[in-house]
Amino acid sequence: MNNESIIFYILSAVLLVSGVLAVTGRRILRAAVFLLFALSSIAALYFLLGFFFLAAVQIIVYIGGIVVLIIFSILLTHHIEHRLKKPSLNKMLMSALGTMVGAGACLLTIWNHPFPEASNVEPITTMDNIGTKMLGFGEGGYVLPFELISVLLLTAMIAVIVIAKRKENLPS
Amino acid sequence: MNRLILKINIYDFTPLTQAIHDALSESFSPGITTLIEMVIIGIAFITLFTILGLVMVYAERKVAALFQQRLGPMRVGFFGTAQTIADAIKLLLKEPLMTKNADKFLFNLAPFFVIIASFLAIAAVPFAKGLQALDFNIGLFYIVAVSSLGVIGILLAGWSSNNKYSLIGSMRSGAQIVSYELSVGLSLLTMVVLTGTLQLSEIIESQQDGWWIFKGHIPAFIAFIVFLVASTAELNRGPFDLAEAESELTAGFHTEYSGMKFSFFFLAEFVNLFIVAAIGATVFLGGWMPFHLGNWEGFNLIMDFVPPIFWFLAKVSFIIFIIMWFKWTFPRLRIDQLLTLEWKYLLPINLVNIVVMAFIAMQGWHF
Repeated sequence: MNNESIIFYILSAVLLVSGVLAVTGRRILRAAVFLLFALSSIAALYFLLGFFFLAAVQIIVYIGGIVVLIIFSILLTHHIEHRLKKPSLNKMLMSALGTMVGAGACLLTIWNHPFPEASNVEPITTMDNIGTKMLGFGEGGYVLPFELISVLLLTAMIAVIVIAKRKENLPS
Repeated sequence: MNRLILKINIYDFTPLTQAIHDALSESFSPGITTLIEMVIIGIAFITLFTILGLVMVYAERKVAALFQQRLGPMRVGFFGTAQTIADAIKLLLKEPLMTKNADKFLFNLAPFFVIIASFLAIAAVPFAKGLQALDFNIGLFYIVAVSSLGVIGILLAGWSSNNKYSLIGSMRSGAQIVSYELSVGLSLLTMVVLTGTLQLSEIIESQQDGWWIFKGHIPAFIAFIVFLVASTAELNRGPFDLAEAESELTAGFHTEYSGMKFSFFFLAEFVNLFIVAAIGATVFLGGWMPFHLGNWEGFNLIMDFVPPIFWFLAKVSFIIFIIMWFKWTFPRLRIDQLLTLEWKYLLPINLVNIVVMAFIAMQGWHF
């Protein structure tokens, strides 16, 4: 077993254990921290694969952005002694069913995929390539999704400002 | 061993690291070699952290004394140089206290987040030619990404202490770091427009004929100022230290920490200061590149004679001195002033600046 596979198994173990702990924990902030561990081991897997840009994006968006936001909202709303209630059996069964359907679909795809051995083992994607593809309008360009997402974000931003400002109009 | 000593060249470390790699490869399999190299680099960085902590705490106290017309530490050792070693021993011997109603798991975990974030970030810092642990093609982006991990440690520390002051401190710190991260990123992006690459070694190579702060006209200078202000805020240092404001919050997020756990936060703060100064020196001041003046051959030769590592350390010390200068001259900002500064001034300035810079780069007006 070479280094890569040892590291891969360690990372996968961390990912699976922290993923399970994130959904089963009764303390909400601990669950958020385990979610963080799961997301960082995914980032580490990307590093292992050689996709540095994707790994850095995973860190800055999911860990530096989303998890920080989750922790922030927990800090504002939950007391340290707060424990989550145990979900009802019905909910647990339904979510287990949903997860199994999702996992089954993924596994089926993976097993049926032939995975041809790559002839060119140079997975390093440069920033230039990403940039030209992202704003390219030729074949394989992503300029339309890019613009759509920026419009979506603008809408979200305006909506947030409207919601935050509404209180001023109400009579006190 | 003799082979290795012969390879030591203070102007270029590539032969030395290559020789170490070859010597290890001779006796071990590739897997074990990588492992040993990782351990060596880890130990080197831990040593660097310790030295940085000792030197920078001393520097901070002396600079503070200078600005307040005092002498600073003078008693232990020559001019008080051994003072920080005494402080470190004191911190090691202190009892690690634990609050009764704290969330123990997160309370113990939080300091590691902060220190690991610094560890990840310092790995990509180029110290001299061939003296860089990680040289990703996304180097600058990598540093910005991993340095955002530190805020999680601060937030967890404040919440798990189960203390109102700590919670307020960490909330302030979180709001501050999340907002100022934008300005740090954008000011660095302004320079990336000129360099055309994110790889730190290439950024340094591109400054062979002059540092970007001189070559990039006024926008580069504005970006440098914004970078300094925003990164001071991101470091939670004065005048933006309201996260730990002693007079209001006792000590903010690390009120409940003692002994080594406290010193983790303390050390990480100083190491982050070093990292920020190193990024600033690399992107704006040419990293380990010596100072060259046009066609003055003689002058350039003398400058080349000074080893790159000294150039790097001199530039880093210069930026660290400026940031310490901020701390001891400006009064602390209020939280609303702090957020106004970022969202209403720095961010718009930055956005306009980046457009101006893109225009200059497009026209080829930079040198």
